[in-house]
Amino acid sequence: MFSILRSMFLVFIHLFRKKVTLQYPEEKPVLPARWRGRIILTRDPDGGERCVACYLCAAACPVDCIALQAAESADGRRYPEFFRINFSRCIFCGYCEEACPTYAIQLIPDFEMSEYDRRNLVYEKEHLLVDGEGKYKGFNFYKVAGLAITGKGKGEGENEEPPVDVKSLLP
Amino acid sequence: MAIIYIENKPYQAPEGKNLLNACLSLGFNIPYFCWHPALGSVGACRQCAVKKYRDESDTRGQIVMSCMEQVAGGLRISIDDPEVREFRASIIEWLMANHPHDCPVCDEGGECHLQDMTVMAGHAYRRYRFKKRTYANQELGPFINHEMNRCIQCYRCVRFYRDYAGGRDLEVFSAHDHVYFGRHDHGTLESEFSGNLAEVCPTGVFTDKTLKKHYTRKWDLQSAASVCVHCGLGCNTLVAERYGSVRRILSRYNGAVNGYFLCDRGRFGYEFLSSAKRIRRAAKRNSASGAMEPADKKIILRSIKEIIAGGRVIGIGSPRASVESNFALRRLVGPDNFYSGMSAAEEELTALSIRIMKSGCASFPSLRETEKADAVFVLGEDVTNTAPMLALALRQSVKNRAAASLKKNRIPEWDNGSLCVIKDEEPGPLFVASLLPTRLDDAATRIFRGSPTQIARLGQAVAHAVNENLPAVSGLEQAVAKLAEEIARELTEASAPLVVSGAGCLSGPVMEAAANIAAALAAVNPRAGLFLALPESNSFGLGLLSGKPLDQAFQRAEKGEVRAAIILENDLYRRSEKKRVDRFREQCRHVIVLDFIDTATAAKAEIILPTAPFAEADGTLVNNEGRGQRFYRVMDPEEDCRPGWRMLAEIMEYAGIGDAGQWTTIDDIIAGLCAEEPELQGMREIAPPAEFRIYGQRVPRQPHRYSGRTAMKAHEDIHEHKPALDFDSPLTFSMEGFRSGPPPSLIPFYWSAGWNSVHALNKFQAEIGGPLRGGDPGIRMVGSSHKNFEYFKPAPVTPTPGGREYLLVPYFRIFGSEELSVLSPSIAGRIPGNLLLMNESDAKRIGAGNGSLVRVAVADAGASLAVKIDPGIPEGVAGYPAGMPGVEFMNLPAWGAITEGG
Amino acid sequence: MTVMGLVVIAGVLAAVISCAAFLVWFERRLLAFFQERYGPNRVGPFGVFQVVADIIKLFFKEDWVPPFSDRAVFVIAPVFVVASVLMSFAVISFAPGICAADLDVGLLFFLAMSSLGVYSIVLGGWASNNKYSLLGALRGAAQMITYEVFMGISLMGVVIMADSFNLKKIVEAQEHLWFCVPQFLGFAIFFIAGVAEARRIPFDLPEAESELVAGYHSEFSSMKFGMFFLGEYLGVTLISSLIVVFFFGGWLGPAFLPPIAWFLIKTFFFIIVFILMRGSLPRPRYDQLMGYGWKVLLPLALLNLFVTGAVVLVWQN
Repeated sequence: MFSILRSMFLVFIHLFRKKVTLQYPEEKPVLPARWRGRIILTRDPDGGERCVACYLCAAACPVDCIALQAAESADGRRYPEFFRINFSRCIFCGYCEEACPTYAIQLIPDFEMSEYDRRNLVYEKEHLLVDGEGKYKGFNFYKVAGLAITGKGKGEGENEEPPVDVKSLLP
Repeated sequence: MAIIYIENKPYQAPEGKNLLNACLSLGFNIPYFCWHPALGSVGACRQCAVKKYRDESDTRGQIVMSCMEQVAGGLRISIDDPEVREFRASIIEWLMANHPHDCPVCDEGGECHLQDMTVMAGHAYRRYRFKKRTYANQELGPFINHEMNRCIQCYRCVRFYRDYAGGRDLEVFSAHDHVYFGRHDHGTLESEFSGNLAEVCPTGVFTDKTLKKHYTRKWDLQSAASVCVHCGLGCNTLVAERYGSVRRILSRYNGAVNGYFLCDRGRFGYEFLSSAKRIRRAAKRNSASGAMEPADKKIILRSIKEIIAGGRVIGIGSPRASVESNFALRRLVGPDNFYSGMSAAEEELTALSIRIMKSGCASFPSLRETEKADAVFVLGEDVTNTAPMLALALRQSVKNRAAASLKKNRIPEWDNGSLCVIKDEEPGPLFVASLLPTRLDDAATRIFRGSPTQIARLGQAVAHAVNENLPAVSGLEQAVAKLAEEIARELTEASAPLVVSGAGCLSGPVMEAAANIAAALAAVNPRAGLFLALPESNSFGLGLLSGKPLDQAFQRAEKGEVRAAIILENDLYRRSEKKRVDRFREQCRHVIVLDFIDTATAAKAEIILPTAPFAEADGTLVNNEGRGQRFYRVMDPEEDCRPGWRMLAEIMEYAGIGDAGQWTTIDDIIAGLCAEEPELQGMREIAPPAEFRIYGQRVPRQPHRYSGRTAMKAHEDIHEHKPALDFDSPLTFSMEGFRSGPPPSLIPFYWSAGWNSVHALNKFQAEIGGPLRGGDPGIRMVGSSHKNFEYFKPAPVTPTPGGREYLLVPYFRIFGSEELSVLSPSIAGRIPGNLLLMNESDAKRIGAGNGSLVRVAVADAGASLAVKIDPGIPEGVAGYPAGMPGVEFMNLPAWGAITEGG
Repeated sequence: MTVMGLVVIAGVLAAVISCAAFLVWFERRLLAFFQERYGPNRVGPFGVFQVVADIIKLFFKEDWVPPFSDRAVFVIAPVFVVASVLMSFAVISFAPGICAADLDVGLLFFLAMSSLGVYSIVLGGWASNNKYSLLGALRGAAQMITYEVFMGISLMGVVIMADSFNLKKIVEAQEHLWFCVPQFLGFAIFFIAGVAEARRIPFDLPEAESELVAGYHSEFSSMKFGMFFLGEYLGVTLISSLIVVFFFGGWLGPAFLPPIAWFLIKTFFFIIVFILMRGSLPRPRYDQLMGYGWKVLLPLALLNLFVTGAVVLVWQN
C-alpha cells in the first residue's frame, strides 16, 4: 500500500520537472552525425558515382524496398541504371549502409521528407544521388579494386603489382 | 559398399570412388577447387585435405587430399580435426593472397564457389601485406568475359576446355606464380562449349557475358526448371528472370540427359526472348491498307470464330511447339485436318526414328549413357552442329579405352591426371562417316566422307560384317570395305558399342543402315546402343501425335479444299520451298498464325496471335530419345501472349468446340491427351500435378533472399500487386514455400546453406555425379521391351546424273542453323555467314574463288551464295547452309547446278 | 416540472458532458506532464481544442459494423454506457438547489444505475462476436459483480451516519465533520471500488489493451467507440463527484467561494488523483483483482459497516 502511494507521489513530482520534449518545428533537434535519416548516394573524390550496383543493399534490406539494375559504362565502371528506394516502406534501419562495400549509400541526419502523397516517396536515382562524398571522405573503390577502368589500368591500383608479362619465364 | 569411419562414426560409401566424392555424397562439407564431379581428381589445389588414420589406435594421423584417396573398407578419417582445419584455412589464405577486392563488381559474387569455400574453410582476414599480382585480360568473344586477376589457378578451365570438351584455343601460359589462363591472343573462344567455363570456373575469371549486359545477382533471380528448345536433345536448363526479362540460362543437372553442362547455343540462345522480333500483341490485317494492326484479342477471337464457322480449316503444328500445344491444335481442327508441319525429309526421318525405337532393335541409351560407350560409329551426323551435347558425350566415350587400361593397372577411373596422360595414346574407337568435315574429326579414329548413299552403303557393309546373314553390299571400293571390316571389328569387340545417326544428312537409308548395325550388334551384345538425333526440340513428340505431312496440306490447298489454315509456332518457309509456300498462302483465304516471333509466315498472315515462348509457358517436350520433359514458366506471359495450348483452348472455348471450355490448366489438357492417345500415358507421370504440395506448401521460384519486392514496381504503382498466380504447376511466383528438396522435376534453382554457387547441386544428388535425389526427371515415352525389328533392305543405288551437276548436301552450324537462337545477339555474332562450301577444284572449274558469288539451283528452288573453299569436301559435293538466316529452303540432298555469278 | 428544473437538467447535462470531453484533453496533458512531456498543445491555446479535433475525427471515421456481429445489440451497447452514467448524475447535488432530481433514495438510484452500466460492456463484448471482446466482457461482468457488492456496503456507513439515502441530506450532514474522517475505511473502499466501477487503470482489465487488443470495444469504431470513450470519462467524473458528495462535504466550504466552486475544486482534485493513478500504477493480474475484492475489501467493508453501526448505536444510546 505504501509503495503504491510512494510511486504515485514519485510520478506526481515529475509534474514539476523540465520537459524533455523538443517543440519540433520551432526548435530543431541536434542530430548526431550517424543519425539514420534520409538515404543518399554519394560520389567518390573524383566525382564519379560510388555505387557499383552490387545489389548488396537490396539484399540486406529487410523490407525489400531497394530495387536497382546494374549496367556498365563505356569506361568500364559499373553503375546502377536505375536505383529506386520506396521510402513508404523504408524503416531506416541502416542495413543498406552497413552492407555497402563502396560507401555509396549513406543515411544522413535529415528526416524531413514527409509527403501527402505516397507516390512522392518513391525516390529514383536522380533524387538520391548527391554531388559529394557524404560522411566517408577519400574512399575510391576503383583505386582498391582489381578491375580496370578508363584512367586506371591493370596494376595501377593501390597495392598492386604491374600486370604479369605472360611471355617471361624469369622467376 | 564399404564401411568408412568419419570422426569415428561408421558410414557406407561406394568402394573405389574417391573419398571427397563419398564425403560430399554423405552430406559432409569439404572445401575443394580443382576437383569437379565431371572432371575427376588431380589433387592440385590441396584444399580438400582431411586427416587419415591408420587404425583405431592411431591418434596422430596424416593429412591427405580427400580427392586423391580411394574409398576402401575400414578407412578412418577426420574432417573436423583442428590440425587439418588449420591446414585448409592456410591453403585458402594463400589462394586468396592475390585475389582482388572485386566482389562488388564481380558477376560471380553471390554464387561464387571461392566465396563459399573461403567461408567454409574459415579464412576471414588477409594477413599478407604485400602487393597483389595483376594480369591483363583478353577479349574472348560474345559469350565469355575474362577477368584474370581473380584466378586462383585451380586449372579447372583448361581441364574442361581441352581435356573434356576437346577445345584447342584455351591454354595455360607462363610459369610459377604467373600462371595465366587464356588464349594465345585476343579472340573468340572456338569451342561450342565455352559457356560452361562460367559454371566450371570456381570464381569470376570466366563469367557469362550475356548476363553482364543485364546483370542480376543469383539471389534476385526468379528461376524455374526448363528444357532447352534449341535442338532435339532436350538438355535440362534453369531459366532465370528479373524485371520481366530472362537474364540467363544455367545447366540444370539431369543425370540421364545433359549432366553438368550445356552447349553455347542452349546457354546463350535465350536472348531471342527479348529480341525485337518477338510478337506480343494480337494483330489483324487491315483489309483496306493491307497492314497488320494491333487489335483487341476479343475482336480477333470473334473473327477467328467466324473463320472456323466457315469450315474447311486445317491446322499446321510445329516441332518447336510443346506436345500440349500441338495436341490442342489437333483437337481444334480435328485429327483429319492436322498436319505436323515438318519438312518432308524431317517428317520421314522422325517417323522412321520412332519406328526404329518402337521396334526395340537395340538398347537406346540416354545422352549421358553414350559417354560410357567404348566404340562409336557416327553415320552422317555432324553431331557438334546438330546435337552439340552429344558431341561432348562422344568426346568422353573415346577416353573409355584409356580408363579401362588404367583400371587394369589398378588406377582409379577418377584419377584424371593419369587418364589425361594416356588418353591420347590409347584413344577409343570413334568412326565418323559424314557428308562434310565435322568438328568431331579431330577425335575420330577414322573418317569417312561421302554422299548419303555412300554412307548408307558403308553402314550396310558394316552391318553385313557384324552379321554375315545380312545382305552384302556389292561393288564396294577396297578401302571402304576394309574400313567397314575395321569398324565392325571394333564394334563387336567393344563391351558397349554405340551407333549414332540422325536427321543430320536428311537421309532415310543412312538411319536405316545405322539401325541395321545396331540390331546386328544387339543380337550378340545386349549393351549395343543406337542413338538417333532429331532436329528440333519436340520433333519426337510431334511425331507421336501422328500429324499428316505438310505436302498433303499443300495438295489439299491446291484442290481448293482449304479455306483457312491455323499455323502454330511454325515458319513454313523453313519447311518447304518458297514457291510452294507462297502458293499455299494464296490458296488459303485465311491464315491464322500463332507464334512468338515474327517469321516470314507470320508476315503474310491475316491474323496473328502471340503465344508464349518457353520462359513464359508450361509444356512438355519430347526429346530425341523419347523422353518427355516438362518445362515451367519462369514468369507470367506479358500483354496478349499466352502459352500456345491456352490460346488454342481460348479459341475453342470462344468458338464452342468440344469440351475445350474445361481446359483451364495444363493438367486438363494432358488428361485429354491421355484419353485420346493411350500410348502417351506417360505424360501424366512426367511432373507432379498442379495440386501437388509438400506439407501443404508450393515450391517457390524465388530464393529466400529475393530483394526489391516493395520497390520493383513502385514507380508504376505505389500499391504492391498481388504476385502472379500459377494454376498449372506446384510452383509459385514467390519466396515463400517449401524449399528443402522439391521433387527433381520441380527444382527451380540450386541453393543450400553455405553453398551459393552451382555446386549447391551436390546437395540435390543422391550421389555426386549420379542421379538426382528422387530420380532424374523425365519419362521415356516409347518403350522397347518387345522386339519386332526387321532389318532394312539396302537402298538401291541411284545413278549419278551426268553433266556438270553437283550433289548439294545440307550442312548445319551450331550457331546459325537453328531458327530461334539466331535471334540472340550474342549468337548472331558467331554465325559464320551463308557460305556454299566447295572443293577447290570444283570452285576453280566454275571460276569461283573464296567469297565470290555463285548461283545454286535445284529442281524447285535457287539461291545466290558466296563460296567458301574447304579442302575437306569431296569433289562434286557442295555444302548448302540449310536453315541459316536468309537462306532459302531447298529439299536436300539433291543434285543441282552451280553457276558463277549472283 | 418547473422551467427551472429543465434549466438545471440541461445545465447539468451540458456541464457534465463538456467536462468529460474536456477530460480527454486534460488527461492527456496531465499524463504527459507526469512523463515530462507536453502532450497535445497544438490545437488552440494550450491545445484545449484538441478535443474538438478529436470529436470531429471520431465523427468522420468510418462507422463500421462488423458483418459477423449481432447488429442491433452492437448498436445499442454504447448507448447504455453513456445513458446509465448520465442518469446517475441526476441525483447528485452539485450545490444547494442545483440538482436534477433530488430523490430520497438517491444513493440507491446511483447503485442501480452503476449496475446497469455493466450491461453495455457485456452486450458490447458479446455482440462483437470476437473472442477478445467476449473475454473483456466476461471480465467486466465478473469485476462489476465483485466490486459492486462492497461498494454498496462501504456506503452504508455514510447512510447510517447521515441517516438518509438522499444525497443532499448526506452533504448537509457533513456540515461539521466530513465523513472522510469517521468513515475513512469506507472512503478507501469506495474509492477503490469506484476505480473498478469506472474501469480505470489499475482496474481496466475488461479492455486491457496489452492482452485483449481493446477488450469489449475492440470492434467499435467512429462515434460508437466515442460513446465508450465518453462513458469512461463520465464515469471518472461521476465517481469523483460521488466521493466528494459522500465523504468530502459536497459543496461545503469556506464562504469566500460559491458552493458550486468548492464542489468543482474537490471533484477535480479526485479526477487528478484518477489520472495520477493511471500514470503511475500497473495493472494487477486478474486473479489478484478478484482475490483482493472478495478476500480483503469485502470483509473490510463488512467490518466498517459493523463498527459504524455499533458505534452509532452506542452513541445514540
